[in-house]
This record gives sequence, structure tokens and C-alpha cells, in this order.
Amino acid sequence: MGSSSPVVVLRDAVVLVSGFPLLSGVNLELAAGSLSVVTGANGAGKTSLLRLLGGLAALSSGAGVVSGIDLRGGDLRELRRRVGWLGHEGSFYDDLSAYENLAFAAKALERPLSEIPTVLERVGLASRASTIARQLSAGQRRRLGLAWLLLRRPELWLLDEPYASLDEEGRTFFDQLIGDVIRGGATVVLSAHDPLRSSSLGPRTLTLAGGLVVEDRS
Amino acid sequence: MIRQLSQRLLGPVTLVLLVLTLWLGLWVTPSFEVQGNLARLVYVHPAIAWVALYVSFGTATIASALYLWRRTRSAVVDRVAHCAMEVSVVFIILTLITGSIWGRPAWGVWWAWDARLTSTAILGVFALAYLALRRANDDPELRARRGAVLALLAAINVPIIHFSVQWWKTLHQGATVFTPDHGLKIHGIQAWTLLISFIGFTLLFFWLLRARYRLEVLRDERYAASLEEALVQRRREGVR
Amino acid sequence: MIRIALLVAAKDLRIERRSRVLLWQVLPFGAMALVLCGLALGPQHAGHSSAGPGLFYLVMLLVALLVINRSQVIEGSPGTKASVATLGLDPAGVFLGKALALMVELWLMGVVLLAGSVLLLHTALVGTLSALPSVLVTLAALSAAGALYGALSGGGQGPATLLPVLSFPAFAPLLIAGERSFSAALHGGALWQWWVISLVALAAYVALGILLYGVLEES
Repeated sequence: MGSSSPVVVLRDAVVLVSGFPLLSGVNLELAAGSLSVVTGANGAGKTSLLRLLGGLAALSSGAGVVSGIDLRGGDLRELRRRVGWLGHEGSFYDDLSAYENLAFAAKALERPLSEIPTVLERVGLASRASTIARQLSAGQRRRLGLAWLLLRRPELWLLDEPYASLDEEGRTFFDQLIGDVIRGGATVVLSAHDPLRSSSLGPRTLTLAGGLVVEDRS
Repeated sequence: MIRQLSQRLLGPVTLVLLVLTLWLGLWVTPSFEVQGNLARLVYVHPAIAWVALYVSFGTATIASALYLWRRTRSAVVDRVAHCAMEVSVVFIILTLITGSIWGRPAWGVWWAWDARLTSTAILGVFALAYLALRRANDDPELRARRGAVLALLAAINVPIIHFSVQWWKTLHQGATVFTPDHGLKIHGIQAWTLLISFIGFTLLFFWLLRARYRLEVLRDERYAASLEEALVQRRREGVR
Repeated sequence: MIRIALLVAAKDLRIERRSRVLLWQVLPFGAMALVLCGLALGPQHAGHSSAGPGLFYLVMLLVALLVINRSQVIEGSPGTKASVATLGLDPAGVFLGKALALMVELWLMGVVLLAGSVLLLHTALVGTLSALPSVLVTLAALSAAGALYGALSGGGQGPATLLPVLSFPAFAPLLIAGERSFSAALHGGALWQWWVISLVALAAYVALGILLYGVLEES
């Protein structure tokens, strides 16, 4: 499924923002092609961990290598190109339509625009292609974020509370999508308040508290 | 050892030179032909302006450039840039004050839209903007990077501001010390007093920079200690 | 770099065309500011075109602040920034794109407000038209500077008061150059120095933006 070397290695990783340690010494290794679920209470550091892995937050102390790139002194711009991010806030331009948002990403990545209808169809937004992002429902915006990731095809998927705002049909669709992505060789790390529903995917569950990994269950 | 000695002597030597400047400037040197005793400000104002615009601002700019270059990036150069810019504000304000004191009897007004006054004032606002930017960011690295970029932008603006304002208007007298063909305009005891004042105020800058730097080191040490404490507290949240 | 610049500029202008914030909010603000200039001068002096160039540029600076801030705000939430960051766009291209979009927007505002200055401040029509090239160059320099200072001030997330504090000292020489060249076009006088100032500032900000925007992005 994946290569033998871990795609993520963190040693005593600390992330500070305005003097507050969001992560206070995380030790972690994630294998390529794996699915990991990060759980924990609000403020435990789930989002911060995902942002660190995506090169979106700076490593203040400790060591870390993600996708072969050193988090201290490495090319973080290159790291960001290799990851896909789905945040729990809005992830695209509110004043552009679903199609226009994806077209922006496609042109930036020099992908053919002909892929966009396929991707929109896959996430169930084909009929909403010309709808302005601001007018989409929360669940539809989530699907648009997934469409963005499908277009990008990153090595590492970082999904921050992806189940939020999804109805039952949406959650089932999401589970199937993640299964396909994992089988395709990508590594997925997602955060959730509750552990992943679909045990058939065999997720590893990491529980965070106080900016540390306090429990690791496979 | 030489370093320690020079650091110990910096304060006393600065004081001696400034007192010497004061004594020579006020009592020993003869008054000037046209402006009389008013022109004794020549032993203070040009030296302060020199420090403000070149030494202090220049130090902040060079330190900022060093910070932006990865090989020389360090907390030390960031502190030097920040402290030099703070001292720059002080000297720029002193330049404007001494310039106004000189200008009032000479031009009849405390402030005139003269090229040098205006460009100095704009640089002063730049320096204040730098300090405002630093205060607006809590994160040390963010603060350092953005401050360094602004310092470089300010430095690039120096010639633009200088020429734009000069072409706009000038009442300020021309070069004080040198003639267009690089000869000296003043001689003898006046020239020596001027030289002493330049050295004295330059050393004053370094003395102030060192004092401010020490304060910044203490502040950073206190921040590091508070970070350690914050880490301990945070880790306790994870203990079940 | 150029490809990304055009992509970013097109995106910004498309968002602006759809949201119409500049049309319905910023332009009326600029027009109102011109009216306030006339009111501040009083009826006897409001018609004097000698004050016109300076007042035009003063209003343009205020308008530019709103446009620059808007340029940063449309990058939206931290989530949008994170998503766009994962595209790995060349920062020099992003800077040029932002500056290009700003330039188009300021040019459009500038043309309308120039017409306003003819109408309200009584600047001579022929002189104002001959000042148009220098106005466009000065606004281009303002755009390049604005793209940099907008990012420096926190990209729309920082306090709203930070952008004016940071940018006004840099805008001052552009204000001088713009006002002088506009006045020279109206009343005669040497123009070349003011063109030099604007062109040098434009070149300097474009060069610095290409070099330093990546550093601001990282921060």
C-alpha cells in the first residue's frame, strides 16, 4: 500500500502562538497510506497538530519531518504543495462560484479544466457548479472542500473535523471517499470529536490533551 | 578582555566627549560671523542628525537585512534592529527639536516645510511605524520578520523621500561642514569641536543601544521563563 | 511568475466585479471626500484649482487605503488562506497579481475622481487630461506599495489602524510627486523630476515586492 518509511515523524514537537503552547511536546510517527483520527476535547491541540503537519504552523522546538521535509529549516512551501487541507472554517473564496473556485486551483496547478465537472459530480455538487460559494450550505461547502482536494490529489490529506455539518448521507459518502483515497495510497489524518464510525477502515486513534498525545490506539 | 574594557569605558568616554563639546561649543569657540551665538547649535544639531539618519537608522537597516538572510538570522540581530530603531526615534526627535530651536530665530517660525525638516519628520514617522508594527504582533518570529521588511522598505524610501522633498522645497542651509569640492568650511577650534561632537554623539548612540539591548535581553529571558512555565501548565492538562 | 500574477489578478478583479464593494462603497466614499474638501475650503476658495491637485491626491490616498485593505480582506478567513497556501503559488507572482488588480481598481477610481475634481474643484479640463499619464503612473506606484504594505499590516487580520500608520510615510513622496506633476500639467512647470520619483518608486516597490513578499507570506 505505501512505502515503508513513515510519512510523519515528530519528536517533542512544540508549537507556540503568542507565547501559548498549542502543542507541548508531541511524539508521533505515521505510516504512509494510513488513516489516523485525532480526537480530544476543545483546545486539546487537534487543529494545531494538523496545521503543523501541513506546514501551516511553525515548529517552535523539537523536531519534525513530514513527507521528507524538515519542519525546521526545510522548504515549507514545497510541503504545503504536497498536502491537502480541509479546515472547519471556509476554505475558498466566498464570492466565486464552486466551479470558479476549482478553476482557480486547477489553473494554479496547471491541471486541465475538464477535470472539474468530474470532481463536482463525484462530490454531488454538479448541479451547484455556478452557485456562489457563499450561497452554499455548510454541508455543500464541505463537499466543495473535498472537491478541491480531489482535484489536487495530495499525498497527505489533513481534514479538520470533516464530519461537522454533514448529514447522514454526507457522512456515508465521506467514509467511502476516504476509503478510496487510502486505497489510492494517500495518507489521511483527520480530527474528530468522536472516533471514526467506520471501523472497517481500521483507523488509528490518537487522543490529544494538553497539547500532547495521551493515548494511541490502533 | 579588550571587549570588556571597551564596554566599561564607553560610558565615561561618551560623557567626557559630550561635556567637552558643551564646554568648547559654549565658551571656548568664537561666535559665528552671521548668526552669532545661535550658530553654536552647529556643534549639536548636525551631529544628532548624522546619528539619527545614518548611524542609528543605518544600523537598524543593516541588522534587519541580516535578519532576513537565513545564514545570519538570529535573535541577536533582531534585537539590534529593534533597539537601534528605538534609539533612532529619540535622535530624530532631538534633530527636529534642535532644528526648530535654530529655525525659529533664523526663519521666524518653529516649523517650515523645508526639505530636510520634512524628510526627517517622514523618517521619524517611519521609525514610529516600525515600533507600532512590532507592538501589533505577539509572536516573536512574526514580529521580527515583519519589522525587518518594514525597516528595509523605510531604507529604500530614504533617497526617494530625500529627492522628492528637496525638489519640492528647501529653506535649509546647504552643507554645513564641507564645500562642494570637499573642502572644509570651518577651521581650527571650531572644526575640532565639531569633530568631537560627532564622535561624542556617535558614542552616545552606542551607549544607548547597549543599554537598551541589555533591557531587551532581560525581557527575552523573562519571556523564555514564562514559556517554560506555560509548557509545564499545558502538559498538566494532559495528565489524567 | 507572470502566469500566477495574471491568475491572481483575474481572481481579484472577478471577485470585485461580483461583490461591487468598490463601486457601491469606496467610490461614493471618494466622491463624498471630494465634496468635503470643497466644504472645508469654503465657497470662496473651493473653486480655486490651485488646491485641486493636492486635494485629489489626498482623497486618492484615503481611497487607496480602503482598496488595499479590501484586497487583503478578500483572501478571506484563515481557512481560505490555508487552502490557497497549499497550492504553493509563487509569492512573487501573488504580489504582482495583487498589485496589478490594485492598479486596475485605483486607475478606475482615479479616472472617476479626476472627473470629480474637474466638476467640484474646478481643475481645468485640458490640464487635467494632460495630467492623466502622470496620475496613472503615480497610482501604479501606489498600487505596488499598497500590495506590500497590505501584506505587512497583517493581511486584513491585523488592526485596521495599522495599514495607514505603516503606509503613509511611504505614500508621502508619491503624494508630493503626484501633486507636483498634476499642478505642472495645470499651470506649467518642469515635470520630469516628478516622473522620475514616481517611476523610481514604482520600480523599487515592484523589485522589493518580488524579493520580499515570500518572507511576508511565511510570516
